[in-house]
Amino acid sequence: MSTLNSPNMSAASPAARYIGQSVTRKEDQRLLTGHGQYVDDVSQVGMLHAAFLRSDIARGTITRLDIAAALALPGVYAVYTWADFDGVFGEAWHGMLGEMLQVPPPLAITDVRHVGDPIALVVASSRYVAEDACDLIEVDIDAAQAVVEFSTAHLDTDHLVHGAWGFPSNAMVEQPFTSMSPDLDQTFADALHVVECSVRQNRYVCVPMEGRGVVATYSQGRDELDLVCSCQSVHETRNFFSRYLQIPEANVRVTARDVGGGFGQKMFVFREECAVVLASKLLGRPVKWIEDRRENLIAAPHSRNEQGVVRLAIDDDQIIQAITIDHIADVGAYPACPAVINPQLLPGPYKIPRLGFAMAMVWTNTMGKGAYRGPWMFETTAREMAIDHAARTLHLDPIELRRRNLLSAADLPFTSPGLQEFSEITPLETLEQAIAMLDYPAFRAEQAAARAEGRWLGLGCCVYVEPTSMSGPTLATEGATIRVESSGKVVAHLGTTSHGQSVETTMAQIVADTVGVAYDDVTIVQADTQSTPYGPGTGGSRTAVVAGGAARRAGEVVRDKIIQIAAHQMEAEAADLEVVNGAVSVKGTPARSMTVKEVAALAYRFAEQLPAGMEAGLEATVRFKPTRFPTWSNATHLCVVEIDPDTCVPHVLRYIVSEDCGRMINPAVVEGQIFGGVVQGLGGVLLEDFVYDANGNPLTTTFMDYLLPTTTEVPVIEIGHIETESTTNPGGYKGMGEGGAIGAHAAVANAVGDALAHLGIHATSTPLGPNDIHALLVAAGHG
Amino acid sequence: MSTHDISLRDVHVTVNGRERAATVEPRKTLADFLREDLGLTGTHLACEHGVCGACTVIIDDRAVRSCLQFAVQVDGSSITTVEGLAPDGELNPVQRAFMIEHGLQCGFCTPGFVVSATALLAANPDPTDREIREGLSGNICRCTGYQAIVRAVRRAADETAAAR
Repeated sequence: MSTLNSPNMSAASPAARYIGQSVTRKEDQRLLTGHGQYVDDVSQVGMLHAAFLRSDIARGTITRLDIAAALALPGVYAVYTWADFDGVFGEAWHGMLGEMLQVPPPLAITDVRHVGDPIALVVASSRYVAEDACDLIEVDIDAAQAVVEFSTAHLDTDHLVHGAWGFPSNAMVEQPFTSMSPDLDQTFADALHVVECSVRQNRYVCVPMEGRGVVATYSQGRDELDLVCSCQSVHETRNFFSRYLQIPEANVRVTARDVGGGFGQKMFVFREECAVVLASKLLGRPVKWIEDRRENLIAAPHSRNEQGVVRLAIDDDQIIQAITIDHIADVGAYPACPAVINPQLLPGPYKIPRLGFAMAMVWTNTMGKGAYRGPWMFETTAREMAIDHAARTLHLDPIELRRRNLLSAADLPFTSPGLQEFSEITPLETLEQAIAMLDYPAFRAEQAAARAEGRWLGLGCCVYVEPTSMSGPTLATEGATIRVESSGKVVAHLGTTSHGQSVETTMAQIVADTVGVAYDDVTIVQADTQSTPYGPGTGGSRTAVVAGGAARRAGEVVRDKIIQIAAHQMEAEAADLEVVNGAVSVKGTPARSMTVKEVAALAYRFAEQLPAGMEAGLEATVRFKPTRFPTWSNATHLCVVEIDPDTCVPHVLRYIVSEDCGRMINPAVVEGQIFGGVVQGLGGVLLEDFVYDANGNPLTTTFMDYLLPTTTEVPVIEIGHIETESTTNPGGYKGMGEGGAIGAHAAVANAVGDALAHLGIHATSTPLGPNDIHALLVAAGHG
Repeated sequence: MSTHDISLRDVHVTVNGRERAATVEPRKTLADFLREDLGLTGTHLACEHGVCGACTVIIDDRAVRSCLQFAVQVDGSSITTVEGLAPDGELNPVQRAFMIEHGLQCGFCTPGFVVSATALLAANPDPTDREIREGLSGNICRCTGYQAIVRAVRRAADETAAAR
């Protein structure tokens, strides 16, 4: 199912030969044959291998650290502790986050603050020997009571996560209740219905299939650092290590040819990377560190783990007049990025006119928080679970309640009480498309019949808007350099760092259409700071809009120059020429033509034949900035589950997404992003749950305990598209990489909740796996 | 505890049709042997405890997790890795179907899926959709939600059947 709303297609748009087509991916030949180049596939001459000794205590003081036996082991080159790195490095902040948020010290100084806190770094001839040496380090830690439960951590002044640094509270940020609407209190006082709902979203984590990793090569004579790393932004990593090592940016080269997933986890720079870089500098040898799975689970940035009490004021026409949230998020001990709810987004795609919020971020003795696909997504989880809760409480139809309050295209432009300006979105339209795909009345009839048979069927809904391509520090722009080589082949150098988003493919589609050449004749170069323009990183659903805008604008300049050269050569009017499939011809008279290769020959080899005053060569560099921020996309998710009353196992029977990401560059890529995001959100409800015990010991440190969805838990996912073009960028695109993960959590949780509702159960917290469902049943007297 | 008093062993194997030999520590996993000693970095490690399937290779016609075997255990065996599925760059039917269906994104789990699916279809050339899903349930992908992977294996089975 697909509709196209195209308000802004200009006559000057290039012929879309590739844009809109599910062309095969440029990445695939190498990746399918085992010839990708991930960080662990890289070797350097003289390279050594690193392993970290990490704390198995959540909070405590290091009382003894003896590395003598480890150092004596044959094959060990160095064992570093904090004393070795103290004073060796400079500034430790990331451009997107600013100087206020420091990357923590590369190794623990006097005390440990979470399990996994790195204490020592061993560098040895192999990873095997390095791990042997870790076992030989003797460390004593005087353990103290850990702070684990986040919802009360800010009230605990006896146990302070960062007490050693003088912080008197576990609250990193505490914002008191803020009303965005002067009549908020009166509205709640006057409302026919006030529904309160406490929503808690569990801790689940990115789990890229490739963990973090780095190969650091410091050249002492040149003061140069060559860094191969598994990251989402080579340029911000370069800028970071320029400051960290106090050498010019040009002395740091960062590359990431293939990256095995990131989902936000690899957006920033890690203390482990700092430690390995310092080790390479001190040793004068290349050093490789490849994170193992246990490390990735316990010591790579965590995510979610937020709760909020949502209040809704609802009038007698089922119109939601106000929404508030009292929110608190766990950011762990050392947040890589304190990515939590953006309360301004709480009203989401609804016409709710009033808003208020309080929020807090608290430190705990657990792994620090980082970004994960839709880092602010708790606003969607909280709102959508609260709306379902309100519908159940007031005996309203949850779809009808949403229908009466959602924005539709006819309501736009609309400014929300959170001061978000919406246009070019279709929330109500996606809801209607999704419920048509489901056949909503038929489902409710089937559900009623199933309940009569003792079967528990449920439907969950989630509607959201996704702020994509945001401005923020560093994120507003992308650069592109596009060059037609003397062979006629085209190369585009982009600032992106793909970690699975098919960037080479989609950007090549844009370049091929814009310049007017074959897709196979376009090469994308990215993720190499030495040859590509600055880019802040691939994340935040921004590549199509921002990098795509840069590729388009640079391509237009190149195409125009091709036409100018050809017009001069062919003695034709430039306005009469077009570039199609590698040939410049007179429109309507394809026989009068010359190839782009011939034009390129003039540009480079026979420049004396160029028009007077024209610069030789055939390339352009552009930095592109969208006309507005953010670029909004939107979607509706529907999920149908059936819970087995005997085993409490929830099975997802159907999953439907109706989404609007503007013009699609490559529908298979769009759908692939949705599929993957949905399954991550689904996993976070039904299977994935990162658990600490009361002492801060992580209990889910393998894939036997931290359960990821597999082929047998995932249904066929059905997708409908509405394509409302965005005017923030010339292609009409909207970002969409995170939406699947944003919408799925609430949709799946609401489906489980609906399946249990007739038993008098209000499920408003996740996870909702079999154990959790069983506990709810027992609590409701159905045990 | 003496951790370094380890005698080395010779391992002779046939990998992707070529006879290979190396001298390794007995504790070296097959996966590390393939990657480090033979330079076959297409076999990926994503959990190293036998759950995710990224390191799957074919040993004497059976799909095996190379992180759970020691190299010395496969002495004398015949091994096919992902690099051996398309020896001349010509994709095998499973690889071709993955490309057509967009059955991969970041590509890190892909070698394991392609090897597992190739072994699955060799053992069961005409699987039901259910058998495909069960046959691949020992491989984890974090990007694709499995939708296009299942479609790709279906396509590979159907096209192979049509060509017979």
